[in-house]
Amino acid sequence: MKNAENTKGKILMIIARVVVYTILIFLAVLCLFSFYMLIINATRSNAQLQAGFTLMPKNNFFVNLKNAWTDASINIPRGMLNSFFIAMCSAVLTTYFSALTAYGIHVYNFKLKRAAFLFIMAVMMIPPQVSAVGFIQLVYKFHLTNNYIPLIIPSIAAPVVFFYMKQYLESVLPMEMVEAARVDGSGEFRTFNTIVLPIMKPAIAVQMIFSFVSSWNNYFIPALLLDKAEMKTVPIMIAQLRSADYSKFDMGKVYMFILLAILPVLVVYIILSKSIIKGVTAGSVKG
Amino acid sequence: MGRKLKPRKTGVSYAKWGYIFILPFFITYFIFTLTPQIMTVYNSFFENYRNGLKQVGPNFVGLKNYVALFTPDKNGTVGMLKYFGNTLVLWVMGAVPQIVVALLLAVFFTSYRLNIKGQQFFKTVIYMPNLIMAAAFSMLFFTLFSTVGPVNQILLAHGIVEKSVNFLGLKISVRILISLMNFLMWFGNTTILLMAGIQGIDQNMFEAAEIDGANSLQVFFRVTLPLLMPILVYTVITAMIGGLQMFDVPQVLTNGKGVPDRASMTMVMYLNNYLGTSKNFGMAGAISVVLFIISAGLSMFVYNSLSRQYRK
Repeated sequence: MKNAENTKGKILMIIARVVVYTILIFLAVLCLFSFYMLIINATRSNAQLQAGFTLMPKNNFFVNLKNAWTDASINIPRGMLNSFFIAMCSAVLTTYFSALTAYGIHVYNFKLKRAAFLFIMAVMMIPPQVSAVGFIQLVYKFHLTNNYIPLIIPSIAAPVVFFYMKQYLESVLPMEMVEAARVDGSGEFRTFNTIVLPIMKPAIAVQMIFSFVSSWNNYFIPALLLDKAEMKTVPIMIAQLRSADYSKFDMGKVYMFILLAILPVLVVYIILSKSIIKGVTAGSVKG
Repeated sequence: MGRKLKPRKTGVSYAKWGYIFILPFFITYFIFTLTPQIMTVYNSFFENYRNGLKQVGPNFVGLKNYVALFTPDKNGTVGMLKYFGNTLVLWVMGAVPQIVVALLLAVFFTSYRLNIKGQQFFKTVIYMPNLIMAAAFSMLFFTLFSTVGPVNQILLAHGIVEKSVNFLGLKISVRILISLMNFLMWFGNTTILLMAGIQGIDQNMFEAAEIDGANSLQVFFRVTLPLLMPILVYTVITAMIGGLQMFDVPQVLTNGKGVPDRASMTMVMYLNNYLGTSKNFGMAGAISVVLFIISAGLSMFVYNSLSRQYRK
């Protein structure tokens, strides 16, 4: 009796595993398929692409790369440089100042401490699009179109990153350490820069990646503020590709443009996926 | 909130440093978000746009922009309501499978009985689309599903269709493509969040249920789901706020047109149209205020669940 039940249970478990792995593999293929097609198609010439579909790479990769890289209307190397510059500056500012703000609220006691904290939490989820009208007018007023200042400086105030840093500080920073630094005569800024920042390194690294990626991918606001060709960022160029007369395009080149647009993030992700995935959960609600 | 600080022996007050450290954040927020937010609301009461080379306004018009927003056009459709409906439909089509699949995967991954191998690999793969540039992802789908693209080539080669399908010409296929992309971009993220939620549940609960002879389904519906509810609600609400902002994917896929017949035009695309060449800040302001009210309402839920953690 007991044995029969055990066997039945084992068989059920095997069936369950088969079903679960099938679902997982199906979803993994679904996620990877479009990117696989992208990479394959980026290795094929326009004529090969017109000829039909194949799962095998061809040998036109470097020709496509050269064509895309030197294209006259879409200056992708310049766009990548612009995007990189903006994303890097934003990532540094956003992590440093979020850590600073989190430290300020975590360590010090002051009258408006609770109010400041609750305010940041309250505005955390308000989408940036809803203040876009005023933001654009502000940029016009100060003649800052085709300038990266309005795309970089606002990242100093990033409520979500602040919240992540605050939670991190709560779990890692012993107050005794701050007190000890004070006894040793360290100034408050020095304590933050030389003692607290190194402790926060893992949190800073993860948030730098996330803010770099979101800035690199950002399309809505930059598209409204940058119209000079040499100032454009990668997402604007991709959208430009979409609005161009499609039929005249060398498709191998189009796939290469798309590949170049996602490649930096893809490479970083492949190298650091473990810590990135760990970073997804921290900083959200704990139930 | 957090840990209580010990009373200081020295009697030196460090309070001013608190203000100094949080000052950059608040100055920046004030200049680049709060002021623009107020200017946006202010603008919604003005007539202010460009007509060719001619600038009209700004003239105070009261609630005229809001009235215009909800007045039916000559075909009898109210733009704002239509685009709100589109956004909602597109969101539901993507978010329902996203949450169901994520819940399923989170249960699979955390089940010690199933003991799934290669978890890191699967997690890496399903989370990846979340980091990919939405504009590029959408452009990729556009090329793959274009009338001369590989998907049509496959369909034609296997005789599934006789002539190539214009995926961008049909309301249903455009909507499926957009929600498929949104699904792919977000289900991995949701899976990881829900996994953390399940791992946060007291393991004794599961063991007790098992000793009582509950099967997997009973454990899921009687233990996991009720205890996961706060996180699930949080996930759904944040997904809604994200859905409200839907822009990059449909904008690039349909070249900003919301084809066919504006059936895939979202609210932010509508807003973006007014911010483009016409620079109609009045109408754009009114749309923004509507968006703000909806997102502020949804934010209240998030705020409540977050501040519960800090209520002492």
